[in-house]
Amino acid sequence: MDKSMTEKILSSKVGRDVSPGDIVVAPVDLVYMHDGTAPLIIKNIEEVPTLGRVFDNKKVILVIDHVSPPSTVVAATIHKHMRAFASKFGLKLFDVGEGICHQVIAESGLVEPRNVVIGADSHTTTLGALGAFATGVGSTDASIAIATGKIWLKVPEVMLIKFTGILPKAVMGKDVILYIISIYGVNGFNYKSIEFSGEGLKNISMDSRLTISNMSTEMGAKAALFPVDHISLEWYKSIGVKVDEFYPDPKANYEDEAEIELSRIEPLVSIPPKIDNIKAVSELEGIETDVVFIGSCTNGRYEDFLTAARILRGRKVKTRCIAIPASMKVYRTLLAEGIVNILVNAGCYVAFSTCGPCPGAHMGLLAEGETVVSTSNRNFPGRMGHKDSKVYLASPATAAATAINGKITDPRTYLEGVT
Amino acid sequence: MIIRGNAWILGDDISTDHIISGKYRFESLSLEDMLPHVFEGVIPSFYRSVKKGDIIVAGKNFGIGSSREHAPLLLKMIGISAIIAKSFGRIFYRNCINIGLPVLTAHLIPDVTVNGDLIEIDFTQSTVINLSRKIEERFTPFPKEILDIILNGGIIEYIKKKGALPW
Repeated sequence: MDKSMTEKILSSKVGRDVSPGDIVVAPVDLVYMHDGTAPLIIKNIEEVPTLGRVFDNKKVILVIDHVSPPSTVVAATIHKHMRAFASKFGLKLFDVGEGICHQVIAESGLVEPRNVVIGADSHTTTLGALGAFATGVGSTDASIAIATGKIWLKVPEVMLIKFTGILPKAVMGKDVILYIISIYGVNGFNYKSIEFSGEGLKNISMDSRLTISNMSTEMGAKAALFPVDHISLEWYKSIGVKVDEFYPDPKANYEDEAEIELSRIEPLVSIPPKIDNIKAVSELEGIETDVVFIGSCTNGRYEDFLTAARILRGRKVKTRCIAIPASMKVYRTLLAEGIVNILVNAGCYVAFSTCGPCPGAHMGLLAEGETVVSTSNRNFPGRMGHKDSKVYLASPATAAATAINGKITDPRTYLEGVT
Repeated sequence: MIIRGNAWILGDDISTDHIISGKYRFESLSLEDMLPHVFEGVIPSFYRSVKKGDIIVAGKNFGIGSSREHAPLLLKMIGISAIIAKSFGRIFYRNCINIGLPVLTAHLIPDVTVNGDLIEIDFTQSTVINLSRKIEERFTPFPKEILDIILNGGIIEYIKKKGALPW
């Protein structure tokens, strides 16, 4: 029987044909954690004798990204415990400044197509862009996966989203995923896997795919997979990893299918306090903004800063503007191409890689009543600071245009005629 | 296993950030220190008013958002004995079962319950009753393996008791 990518991966891992609804115990290819979730994992592994081991020291990764470098003694203590744990079991640890877990793991070649990847972070779905079945879990599930190399999963129903057409100018991967969220809502794909396909894929870059898979979790998706096509192969080649193409079978069964015409999407904004409260930027123009944040695992990649820089070049920001690349590698590219200069000359605060203000831990929290336009992924009350601050989510293009004007601004105003 | 407690009513789309803002993770290594912040933007003084054994009765999408286990752990520590909702965030639901905080999906009870009603849940019979209003709803029984985890107080307690995983 023909299979989706999700069914192919899980069937091959489990060693028999599996279908949606089956409960399986699957071997995992990679498990990772960060400083927000590591303490409870380390506690389980250290305190529960049955879990007191690591199944494979090449397949468990720690990343210091949430409060990096530490802004409190507590965070510093958590980091110290993580380094000691990594050292005790011989595990790879990405330390301060190396990058946000999903990005640094993607670009380090640790994930390959057909892998099962477990991350102790809800945005682990990001790695579905690489053709892996990647899903986020809590600390307890992660502890068990680390100790045993296995995880129990319900094989999810699969939703197919087909793209056609080409994105208009100033419309980015972020707008694509906001568009999808605006249709399906915050729990539209709860427990389900999303697979993307269609001829429009050839117009969606890897950086945008990572953004789309990243925020699929905001609809409850368990995984969000892109096929491994020529764009993915080029990307894998650029990081020195040789992989094969990976597609679903032609007659795979999907629970449902939808078609999205990329040319119809315009720049969108998610309005607090709920992610699926989404409107066109043109309807929100003029909302006063105190801070702009460009970065996070959602939008801290090369394409994001390149687009922001096209808008910011030769201009000055009116808001406070915090720009944080998602990894050291992205940062180095931005330096080499003069993009950091453009950002700094525009008046942005540019920092080394960290999750930064997105999870509300450090580097730019909001006071009562303040408003941010952020390229990150969540706008629940209190997410980035005071419970009565407001987080508008948008693309790096919209964020950059907003920074220049001090109020929500349509990026097409600045990108007309720019190539 | 029968759980009985008084209801705290919550609406739709309560996220893990509503339960406990992620920023508090880096202010203390002790979960106890985070307790006063539970639901701080949603139910003022929840920390002082909640009683041991109380039950949360919520609408759709309870626990959407982060994978962080602090959210269900703190609800359990603060005294919540079970959560009833019309639907749950995927990772939160799984985390609750893993840490031994019973959760169940019900459709009628959240609509007929008001704050303070006495609720009784029978996990072996798969029934939830609003005793104050004498309204009963049957919920979909948990698979045996999952019920076993719930009855043993979560997966870590299960492993501690039995020295092995249930699968």
